[in-house]
Amino acid sequence: MSTPIQRQLLRLATAGSVDDGKSTLVGRLLHDCKAILADQIAHVQHVSSSRGTGDFDFALLTDGLRAEREQGITIDVAYRYFATEKRSFILADCPGHVQYTRNTVTGASTADVVIILVDARHGVLEQTRRHLAVAGLLRVPHVVLAVNKIDLVGYDEAVFKGIAKDVSQLANQLNISDVQAIPVSALVGDNIVERSPATAWYNGPTLLDYLESATGRDDTSSRPLRFPVQYVIRPQTDDQYRDYRGYTGTVASGTVSVGDEVIVLPAGRRTSVSGIDRAVISATGTAVAERPSAVAGEAVTVRLADDLDVARGSVIVSADSSPGTRRELLATVCWLSDRPLTVGARLLIKHTTTTAQAIVTKINGALDLDTLGVIDATGLELNDIGKVQLKIAAPLAADPYSSNNITGSFLLIDAHDGWTLAAGMIDDEEGELL
Amino acid sequence: MQTREEAPGSVRLGHTQVLESESIFVFREVAAEFERPVILFSGGKDSIVMLHLARKAFAPAPVPFTLLHVDTGHNFTEVLDYRDQTVAALGLRLEVAKVEDYLADGRLRERSDGTRNQLQTIPLLDAINGHRFDAVFGGGRRDEERARAKERIYSLRDEFGQWDPRNQRPELWSLYNGKHKPGEHVRVFPLSNWTELDIWNYIAREQIPLPSIYYAHERDVFERDGMLLAVGPYSQPRTGETAGKRLVRYRTVGDMSCTGAVTSTATSAEQVVIEVAASEITERGATRADDRASEAAMEDRKREGYF
Repeated sequence: MSTPIQRQLLRLATAGSVDDGKSTLVGRLLHDCKAILADQIAHVQHVSSSRGTGDFDFALLTDGLRAEREQGITIDVAYRYFATEKRSFILADCPGHVQYTRNTVTGASTADVVIILVDARHGVLEQTRRHLAVAGLLRVPHVVLAVNKIDLVGYDEAVFKGIAKDVSQLANQLNISDVQAIPVSALVGDNIVERSPATAWYNGPTLLDYLESATGRDDTSSRPLRFPVQYVIRPQTDDQYRDYRGYTGTVASGTVSVGDEVIVLPAGRRTSVSGIDRAVISATGTAVAERPSAVAGEAVTVRLADDLDVARGSVIVSADSSPGTRRELLATVCWLSDRPLTVGARLLIKHTTTTAQAIVTKINGALDLDTLGVIDATGLELNDIGKVQLKIAAPLAADPYSSNNITGSFLLIDAHDGWTLAAGMIDDEEGELL
Repeated sequence: MQTREEAPGSVRLGHTQVLESESIFVFREVAAEFERPVILFSGGKDSIVMLHLARKAFAPAPVPFTLLHVDTGHNFTEVLDYRDQTVAALGLRLEVAKVEDYLADGRLRERSDGTRNQLQTIPLLDAINGHRFDAVFGGGRRDEERARAKERIYSLRDEFGQWDPRNQRPELWSLYNGKHKPGEHVRVFPLSNWTELDIWNYIAREQIPLPSIYYAHERDVFERDGMLLAVGPYSQPRTGETAGKRLVRYRTVGDMSCTGAVTSTATSAEQVVIEVAASEITERGATRADDRASEAAMEDRKREGYF
């Protein structure tokens, strides 16, 4: 057994319309990767036979809630874990119903690869367009178009090619650079893990081949440093750490090294990094050890040379590439709530480690899924993708989402009940929608 | 410990390091945004890993959270001893909510099957309400069970502790929304994305001590429903079941009456990793009678406020 510690992690999300066979595809993928263990298989066999469905129902491997099993639908994102010799995977299995689009947005927000299923008999539907738009908007690096139920159209190459062409045209409009179309049958197992003899005309990768070789999101450790401060550590104990003051956080992008010249936003004060610490845990005590540097994705503690006013919400950035701060944002949002958005709405915005009040000053349009153009809109409804202008009560150290998906993303929250209303992505200077 | 995989021209963190960093991030978010967080700590392996990660998140300062254990009264003594030694060594505060107190005064009644995991929900909710805890860390992992696969990392609960899978907040990027109304609280699952194998790899890598029952030892056991149960005060062989000495270890540690052991020769975390990787049965499937009750046993318990 190769040690899993050496494996790379890839995050996937599935999307597609209702009844396209997503749960079956995921069940089949897990089953054929030997990620389903004997007791889970026994459970599915037991349930399948007690319901008189007879055949082994792969969807039961993933649909865990009672209502899902009763109605044969998937209600909420379910997370699955599997590994092969080459990789480990976290899969967000997202439901297809239009009312659950917000779950697709959720799954796509962290995905390296989105697998969009299309029923070979039906081709591209509104949900396909919506999910492609979401993948484009969230800048998911890779999209797999799984043309499912290819067995039900007689393994017809022309059908596959037609759908692949439609999707690739949409992808071009949506700035999705990488789409891999694969003809599959989740039920039979064609081209999921095993290559299908019935599609001799297809010489691309199987789904698993593709997943094992796809690259993840771009490594951001060579980009400018962004380090949002989460929490300040001041032990105030009587030992060697009496005067310790460390700023904890996860490096959002770039690399931080001892001696680096940095700027602390929003104050804009300049200082340098005097230490980077990692925890040293023993049976009775907790200490820290110094390290020379830390890269994007690592949770560390940073110490600074000068005694500045640094708190949660501060962002430590590289001195020669500061984003500055803004109190107005142009952004694209996915509206996730059934309460509509109107101009003048007062909300909370959560951006990195800052939560502040915000007012929607303008709605600059919504995405028309048929034409993929922007149409005028006075408000946004559930599942709408729209363009908004926000005024914020505190200065934010923000980047465009296209250059940084951490400092470029935010949530809009209902100040009264705390519900998450929208996922937001800060526009480029050009302000293009997608 | 730096284990980075060097891909050409890029620095990518290894799988375990990604999980560790993400969990530490969650602990720090909660510390910053909540008033009274608490860690559920039973002395089981997942809660031990949770505590280890929390210590890392705040080093060199102590963990800024209280610990809470909902004690069924059917716990392994090795596990309770470990719990108490850990709390004492780290100078932490431990609150214990006892199912037995509720049985003694009639607020709860024993179930006909004698198991007590289901009885933990009310003492847990009372403890949360009584101490006004607003964030409760649990060691639940999404790979454990079908209903848990649907959990968010931040799971909002009303004053009855109820979980409504149809009405969960969207959770995007690493922007965790902890806003809640008075009376509500948030269950937080920092180990959501860890699998059983990840946990054991981490225990091996970090050399985290565990209660001895997690490693192979000789024990009097008998077989029931395909599980090996310990002969003890809470479970005795019935007619037709024969007890005998076997070399076993525990994959999960819960109520003694419904937690099964597996045969094993593993005496170190490294050896457990090898056994887990080769196992053909899931952790709960092998060892938890209480999850087998029905197709949706866990879902029902979660709706009632269980973890």
